[in-house]
Amino acid sequence: MHLVLVGTSHHHAPVEMRERVALDPEQAHALAEQLGEAVVLSTCNRTEVYIAADDADEAERLAVAALADVEPALYRLRDRAAALHLFRVAAGLDSLVPGEGEILGQVRAAHEHGTPGLLLDRLFRNALHAGRKVRTQTAIGESPSSVSAAAAALAEQVFGDLDGCRILMIGTGEVGEQAARNLRTRGAEVVLTANSKTDRVELAAQLATVDVVVSSTSSPDVVLDAETVERNRRGRQLLLIDLAVPRDLDPAIHELDGCFLYDIDDLQAIVVETLAGRRSEAERAETIVAAEAEKFHEWHASLDVVPAIASLRAHAEEIREAELRKAEPVLGRLDESQRSAVESLTAQIVNKLLHLPTVRMKQAAAAADGVIYADAVRHLFGLEDER
Amino acid sequence: MAELFFWPALLFYGEAALGYVGDARHPGAAGRAALWGVRLGWLAQTALLVVQAARDDGFPWSTWAGSLDLFVWFVVSAYLFWGSRRPYRLLGLTVMPLAAALLIVSRAGGGTGDGEPSHYSNLFLVVHVGLVLVAFAGFTLVAGMSALYLWQERRLKQRNATILRRPAPSLATLDGLAFRLAAYSLPALTLGIGVGIGRLVNRGDSVDALVIATCVTWFVWASYLVLRVRGLAGRRAAYLALAGFLLVIVVRLALPATHFA
Repeated sequence: MHLVLVGTSHHHAPVEMRERVALDPEQAHALAEQLGEAVVLSTCNRTEVYIAADDADEAERLAVAALADVEPALYRLRDRAAALHLFRVAAGLDSLVPGEGEILGQVRAAHEHGTPGLLLDRLFRNALHAGRKVRTQTAIGESPSSVSAAAAALAEQVFGDLDGCRILMIGTGEVGEQAARNLRTRGAEVVLTANSKTDRVELAAQLATVDVVVSSTSSPDVVLDAETVERNRRGRQLLLIDLAVPRDLDPAIHELDGCFLYDIDDLQAIVVETLAGRRSEAERAETIVAAEAEKFHEWHASLDVVPAIASLRAHAEEIREAELRKAEPVLGRLDESQRSAVESLTAQIVNKLLHLPTVRMKQAAAAADGVIYADAVRHLFGLEDER
Repeated sequence: MAELFFWPALLFYGEAALGYVGDARHPGAAGRAALWGVRLGWLAQTALLVVQAARDDGFPWSTWAGSLDLFVWFVVSAYLFWGSRRPYRLLGLTVMPLAAALLIVSRAGGGTGDGEPSHYSNLFLVVHVGLVLVAFAGFTLVAGMSALYLWQERRLKQRNATILRRPAPSLATLDGLAFRLAAYSLPALTLGIGVGIGRLVNRGDSVDALVIATCVTWFVWASYLVLRVRGLAGRRAAYLALAGFLLVIVVRLALPATHFA
């Protein structure tokens, strides 16, 4: 049984190509059913079809036909390479932002909406396990990867738990909204959304009651100056996030005791640094993923020799039982415990004799010689008829 | 016998101090090794104190050097309680070098060997010395938190791009914890001083420099708490706590010879 992967991702195709093969869960399920034993992973960054089939060429042809709209941008992987790819995807190592956590849920959903058999079921379970392991054993997903998430993480560095933290929003720019959303999901509340035309007195009055100010107006002038902040905040510690260009907040605010002002460049520098941290963690993650993929490969390869091992064991057991039957006239005189000892002894001899060949065949299977060994065993023990 | 435990304790505390320096530069393995150093060192020092207590007929830390040994144990015990929690590990950067240094001073003064019989009652020593040392251990941690506060605030002020790669406890958390810990420590110091002065009056002994310095220390920490209740917070509170800690150092290291004599 072969594993076939055909797909495209943000590495190979721009969004206008990817959107042509983007599938919702129902469409992904329908395609999987049509392909037989298959799982379709479709996210905003990738569409990939995983198929388990005896005829790999035919499976690949069907998958390419299903994604024909983006054929020039398709990649095709098989067996070991296909498995390693999925493990890397699940761990977030193939994502636009290394270590992003959303992909793990998307892989789980794809598995649930697919039509996996033994091979694909095991592949996806192991990939999810590898993804979780990377997240628990490395810090790849811990640091923020966007300006808005960095703003929220900074607020936590100042105020700790943001539950009950109060935010003053100035302007309704998209990045500002994202920052506010990030802060809200951590428990903070927006007490006022103002704009550059809001009465300055009202704006200043709010400074005495808020902890975080997020500003993103398109005003050409400074919206809050240092003097206004110092006069109105009544000694409160303030984190001010200025996402506007040109800047809304007077840079001199940062010089005030207890005030921390970060503009868009400061936040971007933090994001660049945290992404660099993610990349160094990615090296550790790659090692974990490679080890997990290797385990899967060994299991997959052992499938080739399992029938030969099963035949060999059945053959040996048959011989053992036949010999015991032949000896029945003698064994019949033994009591129950003596008879049980003989049964156990013969079973142990068979098991010990077959243990090493079994292990060696599985090892050979992992090294791609499994089929040759399996054929040799069948030939040596006369198992051809049982194939 | 007691000496046998001194060296492992010092070794592990020293390893922890170095480990925290490494952790501040590259978070990860060095920090974990440092925490194990704290744990193993604490176990060795606990064994050292147990041996001292078992060998001695009474409270074995009645000398200034002996009490310093016990003080280090209180500080490390309190740190161990907080230090095993990831965000507070960096506190070890200030606490563990101090613990290792004070342990060396204690040994130099003969505080880590077998004690000598004291002419004070055990109950008095346990209450007086024990409470004062517990309070001073608490103030030491408050100072550690204040130092960490100033470091974290400096990183925020410098807009350090690595600030989220090496997370530390938030300013609000450090500020609040320092206040609470000082609030728990001051009553212990008050009671410890009260017992000491009560005995001083009963015996008609004279007030020495250490008693005066300890009372000044009490006054500074009491002022710290009063000012905190009245709204002092942040950087100024951290500086005041560090000033109070300087007095703790003076009381622990510079003056005890006269008092214990």
